Amino acid sequence: MNLDNMYRETILDHNQIPRNKGTLEDPTASVGLLNPTCGDQIRLDVKVVDGQLMDIRFDGQGCAISMASASMMTEAVRGQSVAESLAVTREFKAFLTGTPPRRNLGDLGALEGVAQFPSRIKCATLAHNALEQALTQDGVS
Amino acid sequence: MIRLEPDLKADFPIFDRLIHDHRLTYLDSAATSQKPRQVIDAELDFYQKTNSNILRSVHTLAEEATAGYERVRGLTAAFIAGQAKEIIFTRGTTESINLVARGYGDSHIGPGDNIVVSAMEHHSNLIPWQQLAKRRGATLRFVELQADGSLSIESAAKVIDKRTKIVAMTQVSNVLGTIVPIPVLADLAHAAGAILVVDGAQSVPHQPTDVSAMGADFLAFSAHKMCGPTGVGVLWGKMEHLEAMDPVLYGGEMIAYVDRQQATWADIPTRFEGGTPNIAGVIGFGAAIEYLNQVGMANIARHGSDLAEMAYQRLKEIPGVAVYGPDEKRGALVSFNIDAVHPHDVAQALDAVGVAVRAGHHCAQPLMRWLGVAATARASFYLYNDADDVERLVDAIHSTKRYFQR
Repeated sequence: MNLDNMYRETILDHNQIPRNKGTLEDPTASVGLLNPTCGDQIRLDVKVVDGQLMDIRFDGQGCAISMASASMMTEAVRGQSVAESLAVTREFKAFLTGTPPRRNLGDLGALEGVAQFPSRIKCATLAHNALEQALTQDGVS
Repeated sequence: MIRLEPDLKADFPIFDRLIHDHRLTYLDSAATSQKPRQVIDAELDFYQKTNSNILRSVHTLAEEATAGYERVRGLTAAFIAGQAKEIIFTRGTTESINLVARGYGDSHIGPGDNIVVSAMEHHSNLIPWQQLAKRRGATLRFVELQADGSLSIESAAKVIDKRTKIVAMTQVSNVLGTIVPIPVLADLAHAAGAILVVDGAQSVPHQPTDVSAMGADFLAFSAHKMCGPTGVGVLWGKMEHLEAMDPVLYGGEMIAYVDRQQATWADIPTRFEGGTPNIAGVIGFGAAIEYLNQVGMANIARHGSDLAEMAYQRLKEIPGVAVYGPDEKRGALVSFNIDAVHPHDVAQALDAVGVAVRAGHHCAQPLMRWLGVAATARASFYLYNDADDVERLVDAIHSTKRYFQR
């Protein structure tokens, strides 16, 4: 097996230099999620104003796949509408189970190889589940 | 060269397959061991020639199946130097410990009593006691570890007191490889009037076991970690304790006389084995015990400890690799981390060259917090592993480091 199919250059880059990592001072919602099978943790802060995702930060610890996916996701949805952000998340999850995306998922497309490893799909979707929760319930902390 | 002769891999059909075009280097026996042909054949043979329910019917198949099942009870007893009627077959270590917590704990623990475990227990020797403490208004206490991950006897002597009713302790840590001096714990427990429950999941498969020498009151272990099938476990208990224990699974086979409104129980141990057990699995377990006996438990113990020692020292020499657990005689496993590479990524990279290790919290989340890590990778060894396997692990760790730290 060629490891590069899973760990593309873009993924290693996001893992080593995560974008939008940290916390927000004034989030409108904050969600913490745990992957109980491996102990990966993520905390996601979002700031939504008038239906727009104005800012987003993630913090946590986990494998390269989960951390890169979180970093890529923040780039893909930052500045988008809530509806568009949720659509990205839905399409990304479908993408990992083999449905080609209609949208341009940006760097998230590099996670394509994860689809071959069912046990790692939950790593890639952790941040996206957190985003869904943050955008569909108000002021959770 | 560390290898049991003759090379035992030949007995294990799984080593015939390739993983991503590499030969399989199986270093996850602490999760479950591989099965020799003898065990697989015994189970197959049972289904093809003897299959029947046990204890009830009088036809030939039932007689043979019952005799086969009870014969394994005898083999199991001899394996741990106990009595056959003290052996209860369960689904695994988890069920065995739950049976003690429910069947013995509920009637022997009250408000103000305490239960003592160690800071390195597997969740299956932690949660049943947490729940028992909650049900009965008791407290759960922890024997702390020394900085190197060995058990602090001083701490044990402090937390075990006159209100301690149960001390439940692993014999070998599934993460640190720490060997717990069980006889010392037994003395402390007994002096306080408590009983000692030993989680033998990681010890019984790897060393000669003598329940009397250990001073244990209960011992739990699993067949699948000792070359046997999944779905079979053992609870051994001293007869006086089994007599004071209530059944937990009510139903068929475990009764003597049944009325519309009440029932009496079958003799020990049958009263604790409600429902049709995993008969074929138990038959397979018998073949596993015979296999291990043939290799010799003392040989297996020496071999596992040699391999673990070799791996511990070799991994420690690699810059940027942290190994966990005491730097002394250890169980047949080594937990480790590579700097800045998450253990899941380590396990994925090792798998790419056919090296199977476990990564995660190893069902020991409180211990992970004590270590200050989210997870570790773990290489664990058994009788079919050899020094080549350790070399493959070391090589794969070097290339994993290069891959992720480029």
